[in-house]
Amino acid sequence: MDLSNFFSIMRGEIVLAAIILILLLAEIATKDKEKVIHLAIGLFLVHTVLGFFGVGEGVLFGGMFKTSSLVNMFKNILNVGVMIVLFQSAEWVKSKLKKNERVTEFYILLFSSLLGMYYMISAGDFLMFYIGIEMASLPVAGLAAFDLYQKRSAEAALKYIFLAAITSGISLLGISFLYSASGTIFFDELKPFMTNDSLITLGFLFFLVGLLFKISIVPFHLWTADVYEGAPIGVTSYLSVISKGASAFILVIILFTMARPIMELWREVIYMLSILTMFIGNIFALRQKNMKRFLAFSSIAQAGFIILGMLSGSQLGMSAVVFFLATYIFSNLGAFGVVYAIANQTGKEEMDDYNGFYRTNPLLSVLMMLALFSLAGIPPVAGFFGKFFLFMSAASVGYYWLIFFAVINVTISLYYYLLVVRAMFVRKNDNPIPAFKSDLYMKIGLILPAVGILLLGLYSPVYEHINELVGMFLK
Amino acid sequence: MNILTLLVVIPALTILGLIFTKGYKQARLLSAVGMGLQFVATLYLVYMYFQARGAGNTDEFLFEQNLVWFKSLNIHYHVAIDGIGVLMMLLTSIITFAGVFASWEVMDLAKEFYIFLIMLAMGVFGFFIAQDLFTMFVFYEIAVIPMYVLIGIWGTGPKEYSAMKLTLMLMGGSALLMVALLGIYFNSETAAGLHTFDMQELSKMHFPFAIQKFFFPFAFVGFGVLGALFPFHTWSPDGHASAPTAVSMLHAGVLMKLGSYGAFRVAMYLMPEAAVYFADFFLILTGFSVIYGAFVAVRKTDLKFINAYSSVSHVGLILFALMMFTKTAFTGAILQMISHGLMTAMFFGLIGMIYGRTHTREIHKMGGLMKILPVISATYVIAGLASLGLPGLSGFVAEMNIFVGAWENPNLLNRVFSVIAISAIVVTAVYILRVVGVLLMGPLKNPEHANLPKVKWFERVVIILLMGSIVGMGTMPLWITDTIREGLVPIMEKFVH
Repeated sequence: MDLSNFFSIMRGEIVLAAIILILLLAEIATKDKEKVIHLAIGLFLVHTVLGFFGVGEGVLFGGMFKTSSLVNMFKNILNVGVMIVLFQSAEWVKSKLKKNERVTEFYILLFSSLLGMYYMISAGDFLMFYIGIEMASLPVAGLAAFDLYQKRSAEAALKYIFLAAITSGISLLGISFLYSASGTIFFDELKPFMTNDSLITLGFLFFLVGLLFKISIVPFHLWTADVYEGAPIGVTSYLSVISKGASAFILVIILFTMARPIMELWREVIYMLSILTMFIGNIFALRQKNMKRFLAFSSIAQAGFIILGMLSGSQLGMSAVVFFLATYIFSNLGAFGVVYAIANQTGKEEMDDYNGFYRTNPLLSVLMMLALFSLAGIPPVAGFFGKFFLFMSAASVGYYWLIFFAVINVTISLYYYLLVVRAMFVRKNDNPIPAFKSDLYMKIGLILPAVGILLLGLYSPVYEHINELVGMFLK
Repeated sequence: MNILTLLVVIPALTILGLIFTKGYKQARLLSAVGMGLQFVATLYLVYMYFQARGAGNTDEFLFEQNLVWFKSLNIHYHVAIDGIGVLMMLLTSIITFAGVFASWEVMDLAKEFYIFLIMLAMGVFGFFIAQDLFTMFVFYEIAVIPMYVLIGIWGTGPKEYSAMKLTLMLMGGSALLMVALLGIYFNSETAAGLHTFDMQELSKMHFPFAIQKFFFPFAFVGFGVLGALFPFHTWSPDGHASAPTAVSMLHAGVLMKLGSYGAFRVAMYLMPEAAVYFADFFLILTGFSVIYGAFVAVRKTDLKFINAYSSVSHVGLILFALMMFTKTAFTGAILQMISHGLMTAMFFGLIGMIYGRTHTREIHKMGGLMKILPVISATYVIAGLASLGLPGLSGFVAEMNIFVGAWENPNLLNRVFSVIAISAIVVTAVYILRVVGVLLMGPLKNPEHANLPKVKWFERVVIILLMGSIVGMGTMPLWITDTIREGLVPIMEKFVH
């Protein structure tokens, strides 16, 4: 193996692993844990910036590990998302320090999980894929339980780990079926075997379960609301954005490359799941009063839209999904950021607590409004473009009735997003949340999504760049 | 810079400027200056347009600007304008400018109020100049969504309910529209083998009838929701009754016209055969809204509800005229858009002025206002007369064209509904004259009303702007009619075989 090639292709993974090691050493070496926070954020910032400069493309370990410029770009998107999560969670981590709780582990677990996602989306065979997906989900259970003295935090972790284990098991069973039918676990070699053979079909559908669980597609969504509510907000936003984004990304890659020969089969599955997910996510979101549960159900509904874009199986479809994921990361992190900032300062998480929020904290309210409009798909913010392109992709293969159901869901979702806008802007409150100032990290963590929400859609070169990379990838 | 783009940039810059203002005085001053500039720029556009036409420029669209936006999807920022568009821009500009003065006394969160109001106006301006369906759709939604906040924060009565109902119904309409736009896009093919959203290119294509038949209802109903098409009009009375004055003015005055304008320029123009196919069905619906709106208005006693239902009736008349497929009726439809825009903005402006003084909109709790508020009352009478179609005022020109045009269509069903719709004029007279009689004439009912403040200067600006336009249109209808008929030439080609 050519070593320089290795360093070039896996640079992101190596740097991230090095960061994890440095943090471990720092935990041992220093007593002033506040420095660890700055160190972790600083190192990851360097890593994020480095990611934008020429990471190599190619294949390693005999085809187990594959990258392309599209995968690298998506790693960059994930990095930016994690960067925002880090900025937003700094305040909360500091509050842990005051209670003499441990903090370094938070960063170590978070980065390990991200490293797992890197492996997952660069996978060239099922082995690497499985290592990645497990490596991504095990640390999350630790993260979900990070509020050590809160029952519901531990409950969230248990729920997540149990259900993740079960779905991983089903997934693994599917992989073994595929292997027994074809004799290979490499995606490229499997492709010719993908036919309507019943073992292959069954194996593939079982395999999908693991990913659909991560994206929280109905009927694999039952963990979402409880885990989102119980876990610390930083972990929730990580789960709803980064974890979901990476899983959706590898799902679209597998569907569009390895499973292309059985497109007719998975189209039907995705079609039904998309309708189910949109309706159930939206209908359950209508009556949520807790902001975290509310965003949990909204993110289930968004997952329905994401897989709707995959139906076309074309370049347009893949570009639309990747672009939508990028806009979704910024919009959802914007919304979670505001919830986070409020919870840090006041401990309030209920929608009614937000009444009259605009009059005391106008900037945060405006950001929340932009983020929610982006999630709902209102122009001119980014989410509109993302959603419009998803619908375009479904329309390109003639699924007009599905789009009709989807636009009904857009209207339903607008209702509950407007409830939050109503609470903040319209409702009066004798005892509103007082005006507060967050720390510098939080401010950066809120400005970044705001910029993304405002620019990503209107500034068309972003989409064109993604489209170009997707074109190269599918060729 | 392209003059049309300038007309979107001025509101955008005004909004940006407003963010940095402090206090309501700065905010309203900046808004007045910004929208004043916009008004001047629109007048300049009108001047340039007639200059170009006078110089013999016979292109269908003028002042074209076409920039690539999303290259791989063939989405463009494409703006251009014809005679009809110029008139709609002028209408919007007048009403927006008047709207700023009508809300001169908004003090609670004034900055935010003007930001959302001008955002709404920006969406409308953008909509009328857009030639690319995607651009148009973006502006359309930008125009609709500020309504929620505007009604929610500054409205009266059951404002939360009305705001939510209005927003959801309108966004539901635009969701239907999205299906139609995607259908049009993916069934189009340009010379280069691409799909397109460009209306000028789309208008040269011919879609198979099966395609038209599937997507026309989506497009027509999608726009029709905003155009108060029965039975999707129910957002309108609630929304208008709860909205603050300037928002009612802008919304009933121009935003509802987006619906009928879009139904005409997008749905009917691009899918003419389906339009003819569905004509009878929609004729019945629109005929019903004309007569139904008028009768409900008779039974209402709240001034804003009366005017809101009268709007349902009059805006219904626009869609009704569109279902006649004659040039005269189309001309009448466009005239009615302008005329109703001015009249209803005038009405809502006046109702706002009355409500601001008496703090009630129930007509039976007031009376004899003519003696106390002569200027407002006299204007109300004139606007009322315009509304019931008195010659010399704008309403007459529009209704005359509509009904003559309707009679040109020899179809029996069309004749029947023409007769029914014409009878709505009589009903209009009932509710207009009843308000005049109860509210303005007669003895003073409430002694507290004896010392109501006189009309203020900014209210005079509103009255002069709108009243001047109504009278101007009524006395000099020909240059407007000629401009419209010129713009209708390429559209008529689609409907005459």
